[in-house]
Amino acid sequence: MTNLVHWLADPWDRTFMQHAFLAIALVGIICGTVGSFVVLRGYAFLGDALAHAVFPGVVVAFLFDINVLVGAVVAALVVSLGIGAIGHHERLTNDTAIGVLFAGAFAFGIVLISARPSYTRDLSGFLFGSILGVSTTDLWLTAGVGAVVLLVVWLLRRELVALAFDRTFAEASGIRTWRVDQVFLVTLSLSIVISIQTVGNVLVLAMLVTPAATARLLTERLPVMVGLAAAIGAGSGVVGLYVSYYRGVASGASVVLVATAVFAVVFLLAPRTGLVSTAVARRVHFPHPERDRFGA
Amino acid sequence: MTDSLATSSHHARRANPPQGSPCFSTQGLSVHFGDRSALDDVTLDIRTGEIVSLVGPNGAGKSTLLRVLAGVLPPSHGTVTVAGTTGRRDRSSRATYVPQRGEALWTFPIATVDVVLMGLARRRSRFRPYSAADRDIALAALDRVGLRDRAGVQIGRLSGGQQQRVFLARALVQDGQHLLLDEPFVGIDAPTQAVLLDLFRELRAGGATIIYATHDLEQAKGAADRAILLRRRVIADGRPGDVITLANLQRAFGSAPSDPPHGERVHVSPGAMSNDETASSSHDVTSRHAGAPLAITGRDRQ
Repeated sequence: MTNLVHWLADPWDRTFMQHAFLAIALVGIICGTVGSFVVLRGYAFLGDALAHAVFPGVVVAFLFDINVLVGAVVAALVVSLGIGAIGHHERLTNDTAIGVLFAGAFAFGIVLISARPSYTRDLSGFLFGSILGVSTTDLWLTAGVGAVVLLVVWLLRRELVALAFDRTFAEASGIRTWRVDQVFLVTLSLSIVISIQTVGNVLVLAMLVTPAATARLLTERLPVMVGLAAAIGAGSGVVGLYVSYYRGVASGASVVLVATAVFAVVFLLAPRTGLVSTAVARRVHFPHPERDRFGA
Repeated sequence: MTDSLATSSHHARRANPPQGSPCFSTQGLSVHFGDRSALDDVTLDIRTGEIVSLVGPNGAGKSTLLRVLAGVLPPSHGTVTVAGTTGRRDRSSRATYVPQRGEALWTFPIATVDVVLMGLARRRSRFRPYSAADRDIALAALDRVGLRDRAGVQIGRLSGGQQQRVFLARALVQDGQHLLLDEPFVGIDAPTQAVLLDLFRELRAGGATIIYATHDLEQAKGAADRAILLRRRVIADGRPGDVITLANLQRAFGSAPSDPPHGERVHVSPGAMSNDETASSSHDVTSRHAGAPLAITGRDRQ
């Protein structure tokens, strides 16, 4: 027993690990909450696009020593407006617009950063995160921005639900849908930016989508889903960090793998909706002699 | 609908306009989507307390007309007046648009009662959760459509007809007094249709005007005081029995491609409120002719 306690407590002796645990838990909660709406609206591709699109903004801010949040939000706004503009063209669809813009924006960011001598190290920091380098300032910034994001989502909860459930109704009942969409895109970009340091640009999508998708499998109530997604996100973050600490493997990727494993288990075994449980239930309730005999 | 309509406990928070006063009017209303014309020069006068069916083939502009009246869509040309007001936002607070069932995401993780509560969102502070009284309003509205016992069920588990009734319950708690329903009878069995029609009449008695779009000719005739046959323009307007005639239907549904026959518009007995039978004349024969055999299926998303 004391061994386990020791095993659990050991990483907490180091300040950088304390910061890392707090940062990943915050990111898990924020991304789980915002990600619930991303999943329900079918915005996974848009989330991925925004994650890539904020990249040049982050790089420009980094090169000119401005706050990265400012650069990222500006980039996200430009790209989301651009998606609207290109998607409006009658020959092109929205996902084409997203595809064109996010690849272009990402390439632009890489060109910018590749001019620097420390190119490889800087780039890998952005792409895969550098969770062991979270400063106290970073933590406060993450907590502050996270609080704003959660507050905005809470205040807009009814509009977001109406938009996701029934857009025609939302428009007819007087919700200014375009404005709500834009505000949501900004909160989404903010969540992405504060996650870049911990899990990196490439894997942030997993923090948005995987815990929320897992939660969706477990409940039919949105508030419960949001709570579960936040808990699964934070929990996967903490467990993933332990894995990374003791096995000496990449932290961001470990976190994402734990979240993916949780999803896989729930997908197969969830009560009532899991793949295995429904198959078992079918056999129990509707025995089928032919099928059961041949094991098909 | 005011809360009073939903609960029917306390009466008429909003003064009901006298029956027969102008409720929805359009003047030379046209709507274009790009270079496609959905409605062309539509002029209508619908009075308070009328139950009007809007009939026409797919793409005739039925949904477009409802959405313009509800203030969801801006007109390209012409004017729209709803209960004396022309502002788009004002329109949406007076008339409640009930969208087609097919447009919602039924897998959304939400309970039936919470769908109804959506109708209250505009009038409740975003800083507080819904109160117990709000819940009671929603439950009372569900009771009126006969679904109180399904309040806690995830919305996707209801049948199509039940989902349609939940939309109606949500419209009952919204603040608009008049109802604009888009294909409310699609996929609904006969007993449910009867429930909805009774509710329409009940609401009319409370001062509501009801317009519903349908492609089912029986529905267009059975429930309404007045029918409007639409194919981008108004083809015919009047008593259902006089409007749903073989000749008119050929003009509305006929295969002549985009342009409906131009020119004179059949206008039959605008006094649709009266039950006065003398107004209907030789049309009766043809209308009986036309009724049953024609059923136009498919969905109209415009």
